[in-house]
Amino acid sequence: MTDLLIKLIPLFPLLAVILNGFFGRRYSHDVAHRVAWGSVGLSFLCTIGVFADILQTGTPHEVIVYQWIFGGDLTVNFAYLVDPLTCMMLLVVTGVGLLIHVYSVGYMHGESGFTRFFTYMNLFMVSMLLLVMGNNYVVLFIGWEGVGLCSYLLIGYYYDKVSAAKAASKAFVVNRIGDAGFLLAIFLIFVNFKTLDYTKVFAQVGQLSPEMATAIALCLLVGAVGKSAQLPLYTWLPDAMEGPTPVSALIHAATMVTAGVYMIVRNHAIFDLSPTAMTIVGVIGGLTALFAATIGLVQTDIKRVLAYSTVSQLGYMFLGCGIGAYTAAIFHLMTHAFFKALLFLTAGSVIHALSGEQDIRKMGGLSAKIPWTYRLFLIGTIAIAGIPPLAGFWSKDEILAHAFTQHHYFLYGMAAIGALLTSFYMFRLTYLTFFGTSRMDHHTEEHVHESPMVMVVPLMALGVLSILGGFLGFPPEQGWLHQFLAPVSGVGEGHEASRGLVLMLMMIATGIALLGWGLAHYFYSVNLSAPDRLAAQFQAGYRILLNKYYVDELYDLLWVEPTKKLGRLLDWFDRTVIDGLVYGVAQLAGLAAAGSTWAEKYVIYGGLNVIGYGNHLAARQWRRLQSGMVHHYAAIIVAGLFLLAVVIQLIMQL
Amino acid sequence: MLEELASTFPILTCILFLPVIGAAVLWLLDDEDMVRTSALTIALLELALSVFVLLRFIPESAAMQFSEHVPWIPALGVSYHLAVDGISVLFVGLTAFLAVLIIVYSWDTVRHQVKLYMMALLALETTTMGVFLSIDLILFFVFWELMLIPSYFLIKLWGGGAERHYAALKFVLYTLLGSVFMLVGIALLDINYHQWATLRHMEQTYSFDLLELLSVPIPLSQQILIFWLLFLGFAFKAPVFPFHTWLPDALLEGPIGMAVVLAGLKLGTFGFIRFSIPLLPDASKSQTVVSIIMALGLAAILYGAIMALVQQDFRRLLAFSSISHLGFVVIGLFALNYQGLQGSLLTMINLGFSTAGLFFIAGFLCSRQQNTQLGSFGGMAKQTPVLASFFLFIGLASIGLPGTNGFVGEFLILLGTFKANWLYGGIAVTGVIFSAAYFLWYYERSMLGPLGKAVKDSISDLHPREILIASALSVMILWIGLYPAPFLRMMNGSVQALVDRLERGTVALVEPKQPIRVD
Repeated sequence: MTDLLIKLIPLFPLLAVILNGFFGRRYSHDVAHRVAWGSVGLSFLCTIGVFADILQTGTPHEVIVYQWIFGGDLTVNFAYLVDPLTCMMLLVVTGVGLLIHVYSVGYMHGESGFTRFFTYMNLFMVSMLLLVMGNNYVVLFIGWEGVGLCSYLLIGYYYDKVSAAKAASKAFVVNRIGDAGFLLAIFLIFVNFKTLDYTKVFAQVGQLSPEMATAIALCLLVGAVGKSAQLPLYTWLPDAMEGPTPVSALIHAATMVTAGVYMIVRNHAIFDLSPTAMTIVGVIGGLTALFAATIGLVQTDIKRVLAYSTVSQLGYMFLGCGIGAYTAAIFHLMTHAFFKALLFLTAGSVIHALSGEQDIRKMGGLSAKIPWTYRLFLIGTIAIAGIPPLAGFWSKDEILAHAFTQHHYFLYGMAAIGALLTSFYMFRLTYLTFFGTSRMDHHTEEHVHESPMVMVVPLMALGVLSILGGFLGFPPEQGWLHQFLAPVSGVGEGHEASRGLVLMLMMIATGIALLGWGLAHYFYSVNLSAPDRLAAQFQAGYRILLNKYYVDELYDLLWVEPTKKLGRLLDWFDRTVIDGLVYGVAQLAGLAAAGSTWAEKYVIYGGLNVIGYGNHLAARQWRRLQSGMVHHYAAIIVAGLFLLAVVIQLIMQL
Repeated sequence: MLEELASTFPILTCILFLPVIGAAVLWLLDDEDMVRTSALTIALLELALSVFVLLRFIPESAAMQFSEHVPWIPALGVSYHLAVDGISVLFVGLTAFLAVLIIVYSWDTVRHQVKLYMMALLALETTTMGVFLSIDLILFFVFWELMLIPSYFLIKLWGGGAERHYAALKFVLYTLLGSVFMLVGIALLDINYHQWATLRHMEQTYSFDLLELLSVPIPLSQQILIFWLLFLGFAFKAPVFPFHTWLPDALLEGPIGMAVVLAGLKLGTFGFIRFSIPLLPDASKSQTVVSIIMALGLAAILYGAIMALVQQDFRRLLAFSSISHLGFVVIGLFALNYQGLQGSLLTMINLGFSTAGLFFIAGFLCSRQQNTQLGSFGGMAKQTPVLASFFLFIGLASIGLPGTNGFVGEFLILLGTFKANWLYGGIAVTGVIFSAAYFLWYYERSMLGPLGKAVKDSISDLHPREILIASALSVMILWIGLYPAPFLRMMNGSVQALVDRLERGTVALVEPKQPIRVD
């Protein structure tokens, strides 16, 4: 029964893709969206069923659908593995996915590519489900590149916009850099274990040498860094905001970008063997968390602020993985899915209300006009800022506390500063959007309206999850979530930290969050001229942040342009040098051919003439030979036979 | 009774000569529509015969099946020997499949001298089938050479480019030059057989039959010499970098139908896996050979991909992408292990759907804008959504997106190469980044963004015949991508046999003073 349910989970959205993809244009939008979110709803129900089973029995399920790639010593099945970790991911993916699908019905209303949008969204669901459900690395990789494709399609949803088309290509290509790393990891794993199934690999993981473990872990990390937009491959994610807002919420916040975290946790047995790799994961996470947060401070596009915030929050999850706090990383993945989806969707609601405006400098004073959106956005802000008792506090604090108690003080410091910045830029965003006086133009202001219920209700659900979601991991280190995930992520060890220390760390974390709020309040509610003054005072720094450290420009300079230049150089090389050589050889052959023609004309046909065949016939023959091909052919065959004779001669002498 | 008939019925001979006989029949027809219909009927019949062979083919077997063996020139040991095994059987199906699609495509795109065109196409089909079906090397060589004649005329007479005469000649000369070396190689194989057979006082002292040549040992030094001679023949044809410069010209100047054949049927690399590797296993695995060929393959992957990145013409881009893909095939072959060989074999088939498919797309673009220059396009997705969708889908298959056929082949090649040598595998993997970059960048500039200046508002989307072609290719792409089992089973037996052969080397050595080097 459970096996059947497992098989059905990705099948429903797949059917929806086929239905809407092939026949969507034949029926109305109302049918199309019902098919789309209905299929995700059914998957969600199946997930609940599977979840209930695993909760009861605690045994993972492995379901083989069919033999996919095989031959020699390789067998890759198309097969699923559902254990507690997959179960959590499934709940998040189908649950949050369902809410976002429903929301999209309202948000995308009236778009010309309505059905196309839902087809892509469903295809994304299929890929994401395969990603978390696969029982081996290759099925994971189908999902891995599949979500990348859907991300490409959805970022480029408004494909007639140049910026959207460019952002889409960029996302795919940058992701492919990560994918190449991931492929190498898969090959290394196969070479070492002779299998690609998780269970078999993890069963023999002990025989891995530390160096090999480091190599595999680092290759996996390259993949994770690409997909989860970490330093140095994060640049595609902010650009990905070109896609419709529900896409940003589902793919570029709640699910796809967390795939890297899932992958690391899934492979923690390998990472655990390599302290070097762990340190690198932690440092990348910490640096990204801090780095992205600083950029978030000064951005003016509501979605871009959220995008950098996502990069930064993913950094926290990586940091958690790097210090071995896998459950905390998954915990944060989950709460982040709740509050970041909420934030993106409420931001979408704002954009919707303002007829497409995304620049927070042209917002302000919206709290009274769109009260539900405002309240829900505030909930999201408080949750991400890490103010108790909302969801973000518990998960983020757990990572911070873990870092501190495990003596990763440097990482703790980075994370703490990052938390301060997070709180600050999120409240800055809230103040600029909802408080103060309106900076909208008259026309926009007149049309401001609260979103329809089909959008607000999913928001409310996400709001509730953002408030209460943290209690799944309460009390810290011993919550329900920790017990549920214990069979997969391993029970945390050495948490000998005293209750007092934990409490103190919590208070510090809360203090940091409140300090961020206070600062934002001062800058954007009390002393409104302060931000500009500050910007003027630290002009250079401000410019650097505003231009995102010029990383895009740097990459262009270092990689993109040189590659294009190399391409043009090679093109020249190909046309002149290689083809030139060929031409030269051809000229030589031509000479030889001319020689043989001469021979034909004067020796062979001359001979024939002498015998008496008549000049007439020979001339005609000769003209025919002149017709290029036959002529060359003959010449080459003669040359070939000559060569043959020489070679045979040589060989006989050997 | 029926079984017996089926087992003695010379089906491969039928497959081999049906098209050329059909071409002769076309000669008698006058009405152009009649010519088209007849050509299509012949191609469909040919496809039906090929599918029959595929269905009756016993999978997981290394045996030569449907064998037909008749002496031809007994004095020289040349025979008319046709057969299929796991290496070649899929190519037969692919050739027949593509021939149908090309005729469907040419239905209204080829307007002048339709009869001659169809005849040349069918003749080309026969010669191509001959290459895949021949077990006798002289027979193989004959078809290999004969193939040039219809190819030459197809490029020269029906090519769209101004330089088509030049391109046709270049193509022919290149192949001819290569085949001269190949002929020498074949002769040396025969001489070796002769020496061995004479020593043992065998009745038949000459043979060009693959199966018989496989049974005699060849000294390593000899193997290496023959290997390079055959290599030149196959490498010119494939083409393997740096012998590739005829390809962009031929693909750009020739008609789409010819481009589909050149890009879709990987005759050169087929030669490697059909003859070079099994006949010369010790040479194939000798350190120098492997290093040189791996270097060429890797260079091709990167060179082709980087070149493709900067091309302004889609057909030139595809030419370089072909060269890059061939690099993958070559390194997979010379990884000389199961996955590498299997992946390369599958990839050769795959390219018949993906790269050839992209040439059909190029044809669709040509029908609309008369060329495939980037400047003629831009923002087409809005006007021609169906075209843009197929373009993207087939393109994604060609860059190896999981779920499409391209992935299965590329994955196996990379895995095999990595197993053989992690450094080669590591370098090859970067190819997947470049392939995504060149394809998506071109797609972005031609299909996405605002409507290009040169694009007319009235530009039409795919018509049913074009949709039929694209759908047929897409079905194959998804089938092999999601459920490759039937295809893998067909090739597995022969791949295993090849792996064993490589392990053992040729049976024993005639040359006593120089022991074989097993690297």
